[in-house]
Amino acid sequence: MNISILGGRVVDPAQVLDQIIDLHIQDGKILALGDCPAGFQAEQTLNAEGLIVCPGFIDLGSHLREPGPSYKGNIASETQAALAGGFTQVCARPDTQPPLDSPAVVRVVRERAELAGKAKVLPLGALTQGLEGQLLSNMSGLQAAGCVALTNLRRPVQDNLILRRCLEYAATFDLLVIFYPEDNALKGSGFAHEGSLSSQLGLDGIPETAETLAVAQTLLLVEQTGIRAHFAHLSTARAVTQIAEAKAKGLPVTADVALSHLLFTEASLESFDSNFHLEPPLRSEADRLGLLQGLKDGTISAVSSGHLPHEAAAKKAPFAASEPGMSCLEVVLPQMLALVESGWLNLGDLVKRLALAPAKLLGIESGALWPGYSADITLIDPEASWLLNEQTGFSAGQNTPFWNQPLKGRVVTSLVDGEIRFNLK
Amino acid sequence: MSSALNNPAHPRNVQLTSDGRLKHFLSINGLSKALLTEILDTAESFANMGEQAVKKVPLLRGKTIVNLFFENSTRTRATFELAAKRLSADVLNLDIKTSSTAKGESLMDTLQNIEAMYADMFVVRHADSGAAHFIASQITPKVAIINAGDGRHAHPTQAMLDMFTIRKHKGEFEGLKVAIVGDILHSRVARSQIIALNTLGAAEVRLVAPKTLLPIGIEEMGAKIYTRMEEGIKDVDVVIMLRLQKERMAGALLPSEAEFYRLYGLTTEKLNYAHPEAIVMHPGPINRGVEIESAVADGPKSVILQQVGYGIATRMAVMSMAMSGQMQEKAQIQ
Repeated sequence: MNISILGGRVVDPAQVLDQIIDLHIQDGKILALGDCPAGFQAEQTLNAEGLIVCPGFIDLGSHLREPGPSYKGNIASETQAALAGGFTQVCARPDTQPPLDSPAVVRVVRERAELAGKAKVLPLGALTQGLEGQLLSNMSGLQAAGCVALTNLRRPVQDNLILRRCLEYAATFDLLVIFYPEDNALKGSGFAHEGSLSSQLGLDGIPETAETLAVAQTLLLVEQTGIRAHFAHLSTARAVTQIAEAKAKGLPVTADVALSHLLFTEASLESFDSNFHLEPPLRSEADRLGLLQGLKDGTISAVSSGHLPHEAAAKKAPFAASEPGMSCLEVVLPQMLALVESGWLNLGDLVKRLALAPAKLLGIESGALWPGYSADITLIDPEASWLLNEQTGFSAGQNTPFWNQPLKGRVVTSLVDGEIRFNLK
Repeated sequence: MSSALNNPAHPRNVQLTSDGRLKHFLSINGLSKALLTEILDTAESFANMGEQAVKKVPLLRGKTIVNLFFENSTRTRATFELAAKRLSADVLNLDIKTSSTAKGESLMDTLQNIEAMYADMFVVRHADSGAAHFIASQITPKVAIINAGDGRHAHPTQAMLDMFTIRKHKGEFEGLKVAIVGDILHSRVARSQIIALNTLGAAEVRLVAPKTLLPIGIEEMGAKIYTRMEEGIKDVDVVIMLRLQKERMAGALLPSEAEFYRLYGLTTEKLNYAHPEAIVMHPGPINRGVEIESAVADGPKSVILQQVGYGIATRMAVMSMAMSGQMQEKAQIQ
């Protein structure tokens, strides 16, 4: 279908573009920006006056819960939530049941995503079989089945020889490896930032070194193996410095931060609210500011949702006994707009961190509005005030501190491959 | 933390009614000096009951109190039961560790089932920090919750009975130097004592332990850190010894019991560094020859057995005050 999006403020950092301009779509691709090309006839027009028009966001790691415990969510519910949050593509974490360690399971996920017809799903393959850290996964098969990167998530490969072999083998296929840096032994039984507050609350602490030691060790192996590495969900200011130093040395590394860690600190744990039980833990205010600074200067190139939907009972327990994670896809945009309002970012940076940078580091042709690119586009009303609740939310997980809280800035329309797949009524 | 005291909406203050009275007893944190003193004064009024022929007052007649112990305890549970009975309440003891949760029932389900039996008060001990707080704020806010120990977070009734013991012997808190010695890391008792002593105006709270048994940043609660026992207890008025769990050796926190005893065990010789009129306390149960010498535990400066007796009076005070706050709030709502 031929669609014209008229009169919107088009923000596309790839083209250094921020102006009111029309956008035309043909056969699922972006045809042109500006004047209507000769011979083009729009079958549908979208009036985007007062709206921001930008490339659809790409999330670097959401838990879609399928295959697995359907009471926590499924591909249809979570990709619908993604669209409502402006994400036209989401990377799916491999810790499903069974895990994404074989091409067959990856294909099932992709088929179900296509059937759901919401946001596109980019599977992340397991780095080791069963995510167990012992045997290499079938990496080239996973790549052929559509995995955009490999990761062992927060289950680090303990044996450094096995890890080295994993990285060398992944480098053979120029696969990106995503690390969630955490030293398991230093983490121990911890689930809160180790510091004065966790000591007072009697919550087992995770020291800063659990992250920085893992980053340092991984960086040395990255240097040795030449793998493209991405560090996900940094939580400490020191790790941001480590990444900046590695980049200055010319290492092929990137990093992201989860939205929650830009907004909250350990202070949120004072009421033992299990919504703030996260992995990695929320850390100090100095860490939060370090992450924001890293985001501002580009050391941290992307923001991810860290979306982990849970059923209500998973959080109805004492802090330590509750399951970690926050349902986040639907609040990323309003909270990022709030960071724009408070001066941490400009609108171009927001789109860069949520769309362009994730596309670049995943190595996919997306995250921009170049003619010829798939028309994955998000239309945003930056002034809309709304509440996230049963009527407005789509994720199966209501485990968010923003439930029933006023939010400003809302996705109005999301297009995937030139098709209007989400439209706010 | 002082902001918590003035702000009734602060998360820590779910234990207070809108006019600042107790309705749960979850933590010492967030309670004012006046309120702690009221607890001690109320306990004082109950303290001599044990010696009377009829050991009962009718304050909680017709009320049902359920002791929910998710962790084993003999002495704490016994003193809570006696306290409830002396207040004329009906008491139900549930050893949850061996019943419902072993069958996979969640904490939430267990509690809602018991609430449906019209209980008025839960006395809760649980291995997770924040468990009592969670129950009071999210599960059964209309049942008065008394925290009988949650993880490493708090053991406020133990701290209050310790304060009662100290006041009995020392009269007041102003000018007092108190040393808490041993496994601070795993001790909910120590955390509650530090806050109580600071709130009541003690001059100095010292923590004495090797660095492996000191929680990171604990000094910010208002305590001085000492790693040498002789310096740590020098001239103190009160020495509080903590129990050392045997499993600490396996966790690579200490090389051996013998070395711990040599460095941090309270012996007659080491006790000489303290003030000549110092008292020796211990929340129990004691490990003779591990953290304390028998001669000290049974000696003239030891008040360890008195602590147990005062535990009943203190718990009666807290239970009657929280129940009254809870009733008052219910009456206002209706």
